[in-house]
Amino acid sequence: MINFDYVRVSTTKAAVDAIVKDNAALWLAGGTNLVDLMKKGVMTPQKLVDINNLPLKEIKKEGNKLVIGALALNSAVADNELVRKEQPLLSLALQAGASAQLRNMATVGGNMMQRTRCPYFYNPDMPCNKRQPGTGCGALKGFNRMHAIFGASDKCIAVHPSDMSIALVALDCTVLVTGPKGDRRIPFENFHRLPGDLPQKDNTLERGELIVAVEIPDNKLNKNIHYLKVRDRASYAFALVSVAAAVDLQGDTIKDVRLAMGGVAHKPWRLMEAEIFLKGKRASEANFRQAAALAMKGAKGFGHNNFKLKLAPNTLVEALKTATGKG
Amino acid sequence: MAQKKRLNDQQTDCYPNQARRDFLKQSSLLTALAVTPPFLVKAAESEFDEKAAGYFEKMPLSIEVNGVNHNLSIEPRTTLLDLMREQLALTGTKKGCDHGQCGACTVHINGYRVLSCLTLAVTVEGKKVTTIEGLADGDKLHPMQEAFIKHDGFQCGYCTPGQIMSGIACIREGHANSDDEIREYMSGNICRCGAYPNIVKAIADVKKGGHKL
Repeated sequence: MINFDYVRVSTTKAAVDAIVKDNAALWLAGGTNLVDLMKKGVMTPQKLVDINNLPLKEIKKEGNKLVIGALALNSAVADNELVRKEQPLLSLALQAGASAQLRNMATVGGNMMQRTRCPYFYNPDMPCNKRQPGTGCGALKGFNRMHAIFGASDKCIAVHPSDMSIALVALDCTVLVTGPKGDRRIPFENFHRLPGDLPQKDNTLERGELIVAVEIPDNKLNKNIHYLKVRDRASYAFALVSVAAAVDLQGDTIKDVRLAMGGVAHKPWRLMEAEIFLKGKRASEANFRQAAALAMKGAKGFGHNNFKLKLAPNTLVEALKTATGKG
Repeated sequence: MAQKKRLNDQQTDCYPNQARRDFLKQSSLLTALAVTPPFLVKAAESEFDEKAAGYFEKMPLSIEVNGVNHNLSIEPRTTLLDLMREQLALTGTKKGCDHGQCGACTVHINGYRVLSCLTLAVTVEGKKVTTIEGLADGDKLHPMQEAFIKHDGFQCGYCTPGQIMSGIACIREGHANSDDEIREYMSGNICRCGAYPNIVKAIADVKKGGHKL
């Protein structure tokens, strides 16, 4: 690993100042992704600003919202009583990600900020527009089994690897950030972005904006839920396709429903059309199938990942069947 | 125990040749500082209230490993794994993939299992680390070590220190209530010999024994 300057800060203001002042500096939280990327030479910050001492670890109820500090550990959130009672979908998604050791290190903010695991991004000898803009996309005509089927561009077909974020986008979460220009609230749906012509930008944060917390509004989606993650081994692998499903079921009728998919796009992929279709309908396999067909509109494979065009709708139907116990 | 006591008495972090190594490191550090561009030295004297280390500087670090206090001076890029293996002569913790994919380097920090290969040692300031060397009480093995022997929970043994550290944490966390749960919560520890069935048996046995871990 190339050496770097190291500074430890204890206030959010010092954290923001340190990054604004130095263009080659990055924040260090859990480090589970950043340290790995630095070992591989994919990211080469000249300075790390250690933010682990900032007071951003709390998980609390504020009015009708659950507020989770950006430095709360993934394991602490997954095991938290409030989270398990009120937002169990988030707990399930977190438990499906990484390993127990990594969840003890990784933070909520860091989980959202993690980079794609596209092998071309991870190898500095390969072309990659995300790592080095202008060098081309190695995956487009290369080995693209893990890659996107929604929202890709000819510059980048990488996917966002987070499980937690799939639950957060389904739960209408808001991201609270602070930065040189003050505080800002970003709807989770708008936090991550599609690659377009700027695949080097994973999200809509401005330079120097620090994630402080995420806010989840109360909902009635704590009973009929499921997070189904399909992967190459039973545990400790990134998703080929994952589905977060949460249903407010009244008898057989779907009162409210939230659906999001992981492993299929450059951002957590919310399935609005499928949700609108299912609202007010009966929970049945036939309806789930129709919803899945709507969800797949615009999907496109790139060769090795064509299997996802079948796997994704099937995963969605299975997740809904498990969540509702119907169909 | 004898070794622990010796280290305690000395309160230093030496093993043979350490003094000579330090001299060489310090003299090369001085050379490096002499040729360091002024802006880097300035960066190191930053106005932040907390400790900072510049590119050519070492960072002071106080940590407790297996009950022994260490006051060290390290490069910011040093991982906890490399620190333990190369500076503290604690080679029980293994370097497998060095990228957080295999679990061989699992240790406990303040009682929680983490991967030492992805932990920058500077971030462990003031914390307590437990490694495989810190489990036994003299010649008396830890119940999890006993169980791994009893159930033949290893072949080559390379992943074993990580498996044992992880297994203890798995029970402490309350995630060892069934074989399936043990398998899920031990999935971060890879065993290429395939000793998994016996590892699960060992952990289930310790859990059943109700030992205080």
